[in-house]
Amino acid sequence: MSTAGRDPGLQPERTRLAWRRTTLSAAVAAVLAVRTALRAGAPATAIVGCALCCALWLSFLWVAHHRIRALSAAVRPPALAPRHATAAALCAVAMAVCAVALLV
Amino acid sequence: MSEFVRNVRLWFAPERVRQEGGTPDYRFSLANERTFLAWLRTALALIGGGFAVDQFLPGLRWAWRVGLALALLGAGVLCALRAVNHYVRCERAMRRGEDLPASRFPAVLSLVVAVVAVAMVVVVVVGWAG
Repeated sequence: MSTAGRDPGLQPERTRLAWRRTTLSAAVAAVLAVRTALRAGAPATAIVGCALCCALWLSFLWVAHHRIRALSAAVRPPALAPRHATAAALCAVAMAVCAVALLV
Repeated sequence: MSEFVRNVRLWFAPERVRQEGGTPDYRFSLANERTFLAWLRTALALIGGGFAVDQFLPGLRWAWRVGLALALLGAGVLCALRAVNHYVRCERAMRRGEDLPASRFPAVLSLVVAVVAVAMVVVVVVGWAG
């Protein structure tokens, strides 16, 4: 990327890193889900729950990956579509639902 | 409530958000997106906290452990849903050139986290004493 076409406030880069941080937070939640399943002695329901959490993390990673590519493709990237924001938030909500199923 | 339902429809319909007003400076939209992500991280941290209560306080009675975990998980779910809603509302306000929406959610969330933290301290201290 040329220096002339770069945002002086590095806004796209900061947004990209915010997506990375959020993916990392989701990874921590998924790892804790795996730990819960292992501590429970890995019965079938726990394995399904923790597999779902890992799949949710992967879908979050997918959303983040697409957004990061859109951010780095243009000098003035378009706003995040509400649909993608909803997809990312629903991953978190579904993870919480899996957590309830694992814990109770 | 109908306002909320209308907002929920907007979550899935970006073209309807784009119909209104003018496109704001992309830097404002990116700042809004980072705020959304910060709220989403808060939600994920609360969900992680729900898992952690169950795993790192094994000496607790079942009811307390599950109750605290459910409180944190519920706060996480609310926080994630509210993050999208607030993002869409801010985006629309910026397009229309209105003031950004005010919200009492941060205050409510702080109070819930404070109550859960105090309950956790009390439960752990009482658990050690007893």
